[in-house]
Amino acid sequence: MREVWQVSLAVSCIKLLLIPSYHSTDFEVHRNWLAITFSRPIEQWYYEKTSEWTLDYPPFFAWFEHFLAKVAYYFDRDMLNVENLNYASEATVLFQRLSVIVTDFILVLAVKNNCLLPLTLSHIHFQYNGFMFGILIWSMTCMLQDQFIWSALWFAVLLNFKHIYLYIAPAYFIYLLRNYCFKATGGSLQWSSFSPFRLITLGFVVIYVFALSFGPFIYLKQVPQVLSRLFPFKRGLCHAYWAPNFWALYNFVDKTLTILGSRLHLTTGTPSAVMTGGLVQEFHHVVLPSVPPVVTLLATVTSILVAMYYLWSKSKGPEDFVRAVVLCAFGSYLFGWHVHEKAILIIILPLCLLVFNKREDASIFLILSTTGHYSIFPLLFTSAETTTKILLMLAYSVFAFSSLGYIYKSNWSWQSLPLLNSLESLYIVGLIPLEVWNSAIFPFLDFSEKFPFLPLMLTSVYCSFGIIYSWIKFYKITLFDKKLKSQ
Amino acid sequence: MYKSGYVVALLVAVLARWLVSLHKYSGAGNSPMYGDFEAQRHWMEITYHLPPQQWYFNSTNNNLLYWGLDYPPLTAYHSWLCGFVANKINPSWVALKESHGHESYAHKLFMRYTVILADVSIFFPAVVLFFAQQKLQLQDKVKMSLVVLMYPGFILIDHGHFQYNCVSLGFALFGVVWICRGFHLWGSICFSLALNYKQMELYHALPFFCYLLGWCLQKWSRIPQLFKIAVTVISTFLVCWLPFLRSKEMVLQVLNRVFPLARGLYEDKVANVWCSLSVLIKLKQMFTVDQLVFICLLSTLVCLLPSSLHLLCFPTTRNFKISLVNSSLVFFLFSFHVHEKSILIPALAVSLLVHDYPFWCVWFYFISTFSMLPLFVKDDLVMAAVATTVLHALICKACLNISSTKDDQLWDRAKTTLLKLSMIGAVLLTVASLILTPPPRYPDLFPVLVSIYSCAHFVLFLAAFHYFQFQSPSQSANVKKVQ
Repeated sequence: MREVWQVSLAVSCIKLLLIPSYHSTDFEVHRNWLAITFSRPIEQWYYEKTSEWTLDYPPFFAWFEHFLAKVAYYFDRDMLNVENLNYASEATVLFQRLSVIVTDFILVLAVKNNCLLPLTLSHIHFQYNGFMFGILIWSMTCMLQDQFIWSALWFAVLLNFKHIYLYIAPAYFIYLLRNYCFKATGGSLQWSSFSPFRLITLGFVVIYVFALSFGPFIYLKQVPQVLSRLFPFKRGLCHAYWAPNFWALYNFVDKTLTILGSRLHLTTGTPSAVMTGGLVQEFHHVVLPSVPPVVTLLATVTSILVAMYYLWSKSKGPEDFVRAVVLCAFGSYLFGWHVHEKAILIIILPLCLLVFNKREDASIFLILSTTGHYSIFPLLFTSAETTTKILLMLAYSVFAFSSLGYIYKSNWSWQSLPLLNSLESLYIVGLIPLEVWNSAIFPFLDFSEKFPFLPLMLTSVYCSFGIIYSWIKFYKITLFDKKLKSQ
Repeated sequence: MYKSGYVVALLVAVLARWLVSLHKYSGAGNSPMYGDFEAQRHWMEITYHLPPQQWYFNSTNNNLLYWGLDYPPLTAYHSWLCGFVANKINPSWVALKESHGHESYAHKLFMRYTVILADVSIFFPAVVLFFAQQKLQLQDKVKMSLVVLMYPGFILIDHGHFQYNCVSLGFALFGVVWICRGFHLWGSICFSLALNYKQMELYHALPFFCYLLGWCLQKWSRIPQLFKIAVTVISTFLVCWLPFLRSKEMVLQVLNRVFPLARGLYEDKVANVWCSLSVLIKLKQMFTVDQLVFICLLSTLVCLLPSSLHLLCFPTTRNFKISLVNSSLVFFLFSFHVHEKSILIPALAVSLLVHDYPFWCVWFYFISTFSMLPLFVKDDLVMAAVATTVLHALICKACLNISSTKDDQLWDRAKTTLLKLSMIGAVLLTVASLILTPPPRYPDLFPVLVSIYSCAHFVLFLAAFHYFQFQSPSQSANVKKVQ
């Protein structure tokens, strides 16, 4: 266990070194929220809109910012002034970074009972995701130990910090219903073992947490406003940078067909945004049918149906729960509306927990995490950070491949990376020329001004293949691998 | 598995350097003089635009008072190369006179890249080669390399403050590698190159000399080798100094710039004996500069005698390495006009012994980084220093076996306790110097305390390494077996 603390201390040192590094708009977002929760009374938290970055996380997170703000007061008072848009003094930066590093230690606490590798792997990411991932892992670990109520409790808490985790709620719901509310687990369903008492206990715990979180706002009659902030209707099937999901490929095919069509004079009137624009959020499909939000919902639900059915009827233990969580996260990432590329982490993190179980899981993890991490590259686009992210990713990837390869006795060879077959290895290695093209060649070409979106699109499309491939392979293993049962 | 361990270790070492590069450099934003970063940029400017004959001379285009070149010719050639590339990318970075004090995002990146490139191409291979050629298991070679590469001193000074010590240290290390393997001529060339890059490498010069001389004198048949080495060294020097050999005046001017005796006994507060003594005895007021130079020279020579003579009589590679530590520490503690950054020279020598004396090496690493605290405070690098020091401590704990399994458990426990107390003292001093304001009567209180604390440790290390050098080989072999 001491090793866990040593590793997290080491990683925290690296984070300390990263303090003067580039900070994204998320920095201003959180500064604004610190200011709102500190300077404004609670009834105005979800109404305040001086800044464009309005509060759009659930109440627990707002309270978290509120308590942080009390500490922030001693670093630099001015950051807590709501009017101070884009205020970023050195003390402000220092405080924000340090608070992330400190709260990340919650992730350590969650993982200390687990293994070293997921800790190292998940520590590399920023934002306040660290401590929230900690809560997620804690919740899942409780489930793995059959502590159902605790698991539900922590998951409810997590939902009230960041509602994006609703994506994986179906897995929780199904699993808890099947394995906790029905006392006889395993085998076929015995309706007689249904325990209303357990159902009520679960419901009570969850409702209690939500009441704690939304209570003040229920009292203030502000619930609709809060919900409207939490679930704003974001424009566009994809984010400005297409998260590498199914719709990114859909967009790409549409674009390609449009270009082909206009070259072959099959389509009339190309929308001007097709070739030159791309950072536009509203992307109108030309050749293929446009995709309204309801279709994405249907697609997501369909993609996880089989997994949910499997979890309900055929699961033999908590490990299936983890697999279901991963599949839920996959489904919502691949088919969701306006998905942010950071959501890949919600898939990767639970997958960490399976990495020591099966060779195939480790293999999928390697493909997914390498591809997933690379897909986040466009978020850090300044020159200094390019070197940082390349070094970090190289060090991490070599470490991950080597250590997992060592555990499963698979070596590096000329034809393949550890645990991967030749084709998969080729795909992963292909990331290197892609990055060279994106960072070192494209910026110096003449037509880089005309098509600034090209590297982003290439990254998105290339990564989509890897992520979709991982999804299919993971589904296949979950449903069909007999060996899984005997371990 | 451990071969990829090498790759991960090297990547982590580069990553640490790059991350420190993101922090401030010396003199950032401090017009009109700025700092070492501007000095290096300025050298690129003048070496690129002016002919070599003018590099060391005062002229309208080259004002020697504004960061005049004060390193030997190899630094100047390196600056020329960087200046050449800089000019290709953006001429305004090295425009004659107009670029004074130039500070921009892209330029900073460029300068940082030049240091990383130099570090990775010269210093890293030297370190890897040094441990690769020793009789260790592969995993130990990786661990030792990591410990040395992650030493905060090298990272913070080269990639934070901004310098190119990696080049001269790398060449010197190559010199050690070749000499230990018996390739004396190649070793001499490498060390001569190191010396021609930074004159501070003189701290290492005597052991090289004594070892080679001692080795050659062991057998009559080796005497011709002595001449070969001499010829090699002289030729290397001649090649490096070629553009400056046109007149005696030119040679003298370069020497004058490289060894500025007009400066004082010490600048700022440095952890050497004279600075520490000055607290009680006002040396600068009691003696003239010439007298002080003489005192320094005499004391340095006297303290060098034991280890040098021992090496001359018993020229083994083991004595050679330990003598490098002793010689450089003596120079640091007793010589004239020492910078606190010069502790890196002994640090390199100590790195050679990290497998043989891990306890002392770790202790030295820690205190030597601590001794540069006033510099880090000035450069706004304290956070980077703390992060890299903690990281290095963790790496040392994981990779080295600090406490030995000797029979003498009491001594072992005493040593560990001393180490912990020493580290706690350093931490307390660090915190104090950051939080507390010194009393108005003693504005330099904390730098002086840091210097005295470090100096006391360095004297202790000097005694310890002298003891190790004079231990008979059979004794130290026993020690190693039990460890």
